[in-house]
Amino acid sequence: MTGTALLFRNRIVPVLLFSLLALVPVYASLTDDRFILLFFTRILVLAIAAVSLDFILGLGAMVSFGHAAYLGLGAYAVGILAESDIWDAWISLPVAVLVSGLFALVTGAISLRTRGVYFIMITLAFGQMAYFTATSLSAYGGDDGLTLWGRSEFFGTGLFSGDTSFYYLVFAVLLAATLLLKRIAASRFGRVLKGARQSEARLHAIGIDPYRYRLAAYVIAGMIAGLAGALMANQSEFVSPAYMSWQRSGELIVMVILGGLGSLHGAILGAIAYLALEEVLAGYTEHWRLIFGPLLILVVLYGKGGLLGLIKGGEKS
Amino acid sequence: MTAPVLQLDNLNKAYGALQVTKSLSLEVLPGEIHAVIGPNGAGKTTLIGQIAGNVESDSGKVIFAGRDVTGLAVARRGQLGLGRSFQITAILPEFSVLENVALGVQARQGHSFHFFKRAATDRSLNTRALGILETVRLSHRADTRAGNLSHGEKRVLELAIALAGEPKLLLLDEPMAGTGPDETKNLVEVLKSLKASIPMLLVEHDMDAVFQLADRISVLVYGGLIATGTPDDIRNDAKVREAYLGEDETA
Amino acid sequence: MSTTLLAVQTLNGLQLGILLFLIAAGLTLVFGVMDFINLAHGVQYMLGAYLAVAGYQLTGSFWLALPLALLAALACGLLLEFLVFRHLYDRDHLDQVLATFGVILFLNEAVRVIWGAAPLSVPVPELLNGSIRLFENFNYPVYRMALLAAGLGVAVLLYVLVTRTRVGMLVRAGASNAPMVAALGVNIRRLFMIVFGFGAMLAGFAGIMAAPILSVEPGMGDNLLILAFVVIVIGGIGSIRGAFLSALLIGLVDTIGRSFATDIARLVLPPSAANDVGPAIASMLIYILMAGVLFFRPSGLFPVRSA
Repeated sequence: MTGTALLFRNRIVPVLLFSLLALVPVYASLTDDRFILLFFTRILVLAIAAVSLDFILGLGAMVSFGHAAYLGLGAYAVGILAESDIWDAWISLPVAVLVSGLFALVTGAISLRTRGVYFIMITLAFGQMAYFTATSLSAYGGDDGLTLWGRSEFFGTGLFSGDTSFYYLVFAVLLAATLLLKRIAASRFGRVLKGARQSEARLHAIGIDPYRYRLAAYVIAGMIAGLAGALMANQSEFVSPAYMSWQRSGELIVMVILGGLGSLHGAILGAIAYLALEEVLAGYTEHWRLIFGPLLILVVLYGKGGLLGLIKGGEKS
Repeated sequence: MTAPVLQLDNLNKAYGALQVTKSLSLEVLPGEIHAVIGPNGAGKTTLIGQIAGNVESDSGKVIFAGRDVTGLAVARRGQLGLGRSFQITAILPEFSVLENVALGVQARQGHSFHFFKRAATDRSLNTRALGILETVRLSHRADTRAGNLSHGEKRVLELAIALAGEPKLLLLDEPMAGTGPDETKNLVEVLKSLKASIPMLLVEHDMDAVFQLADRISVLVYGGLIATGTPDDIRNDAKVREAYLGEDETA
Repeated sequence: MSTTLLAVQTLNGLQLGILLFLIAAGLTLVFGVMDFINLAHGVQYMLGAYLAVAGYQLTGSFWLALPLALLAALACGLLLEFLVFRHLYDRDHLDQVLATFGVILFLNEAVRVIWGAAPLSVPVPELLNGSIRLFENFNYPVYRMALLAAGLGVAVLLYVLVTRTRVGMLVRAGASNAPMVAALGVNIRRLFMIVFGFGAMLAGFAGIMAAPILSVEPGMGDNLLILAFVVIVIGGIGSIRGAFLSALLIGLVDTIGRSFATDIARLVLPPSAANDVGPAIASMLIYILMAGVLFFRPSGLFPVRSA
């Protein structure tokens, strides 16, 4: 890939992307379109989870088929606390992150002993266990889920309740998460992750055992996805086991691959593309999947490197 | 007599009924290149695996720099100073040549749980990495994507990454495999220049290179050593001649 | 806990196991021989069921519908292979996941368009209607017994094919080391097509047999697909024998587990908690089983792949 194309992809695209996203509320107020604001809020929340997945999947080749579990854990943290009448964000958000981190630590420690398809299956298994545990919580709605009567409170500022303020909150979290993960990806730690993906044997030979690095990355990704889950509970004011279904985990993987593996901001593009396409196509026909399915297939067959690959039309980086 | 850097003590390894390594004992002394040669199927790959830690020996000991490393993991042996180049190139193809070596330097400097400083511009890594690349005469390719190197250049990069770890011993698994005459010549010169500072165990098929480089040669046949000695001793050894009858020999 | 209930659930469990085996056999071969992750294998099963419905509506007879649907399922499988899958053999697993995910979306929707979203079924054929008395107080539906017998028959047939024929030998060799088989001059593309087609037919057959007793609806294959993956991971990728044993095991564990989990939970927990925890644990059982097996045998019970 040429220097200019690389610059475009890695520097200009993300700046453009975030600039445009920052203007969504402006556009929404100008056109008096509340729907688009709410829609993009939902997209950005999922984008946070997608970026965290790209960190471990794209960079570290850890194909977790249970990543949606963290969305659910974060959401249920908010939901369960709300049921106990605890609405303060400075309690529920850290709890969401902590619980997710612990779950990631325990399940990651076990899962990362396996490789390849076995890793995929074990992460799926843990995701399913989280899902079924949630369905068994009849006190919190069980299978049907739990409606939240209100949103988290942040020192009485109404930060979470206003449409625009909540959008910018989610935007800020997405920006911070993306910047943080990009920073880590460029660090020595990130270099180990990327190197381990290319040649595990080489890393062992120079004295690095990738396991602990992978586990650390897995926990970081889990915590960020947990935060996304807490935001999701606020956004939809509803908490349900479906947030953790394997279909949800699959969708996250699709978003990441669609956007182009490993770039991190590509996952945001993937989330936008996936959800926007779903919405647009659904507007035309209730059978939008008839078009969406083959579109995905075409992207795989002819679009090397996902959407970002289409932008530069070059080799997978 | 100076203490050996590497001491193999009665190593054994069998796969089912096939005894691949038989009561093998061998030493590598400081300042020497000790070559291991032998016909195909002799068990050289398994031996390397046993020394590096990929293969678990059935019995026997591997003593490295005075320490029994027999039960230790591969990464631990790497941390203790056991450097290795692989027979099937194991470089990091998506990284630049410089970044490949910088990773080796980074590994030498301790753990990599550093999350915030940019690694690509880290002078403490890059300066040393460039120095190593100069030693192996690959610095002109520092910014090239490693996957785009020629085969011979990749073999040299293998060596460079191993050198980045400041190894106490280099385990070289057929470094000349598939290299052309110029690249072989380059590698031989580089290895000769390193001999004084880093002892090496060299497994090779290229007899020319072996006889140019080796201070001592051990001959491995069907998992057991049939002879050990100076190049001249080996050249004239009747058992060795017999083992290689019909094999390509350029000595 | 009565013995009759236990006996019934054991047979039900075996029946689920046989169904799982038919789906998993194709999956494990395709994954083992072609290194191809086929998420769309579940829709292959669904297609079989829908084609059975269509065949029945066309001919009015289950026995006529069976071969028609089987051939149609094979044709659909080969068509999918030609249009989509054959372009994915050289791609990495993630690309395969994405593409086959697209196939699932498309086919689940296509089925909805053609047949509607309401659950359909096929009546049990006259010949296999009713129950048979196995023991005193213990009746079991004839059809389900027939399903068991048919499934076992297919298993035996598969065993003979794989171990006694030349093609079977190539398939086993391919599962253990595909590049080597290709290097030996075997037409690997044709072998892939045979493996794929046969797997599709097995899954379709499972769907056809399931149509009279399970509801035929869009997405019916998705959850079974996940179970099938658990089966092949436990059994060992590429191993038919492993798939057979592990499918039966999972069928039994899942079915019996679900029946008795709540009762067992009641032994240690108060009733309200047990009613919640029981079903949850029941659903988790097979995943716990898988985690346990992988802990002791990281490559499954009967690993086939050479290093």
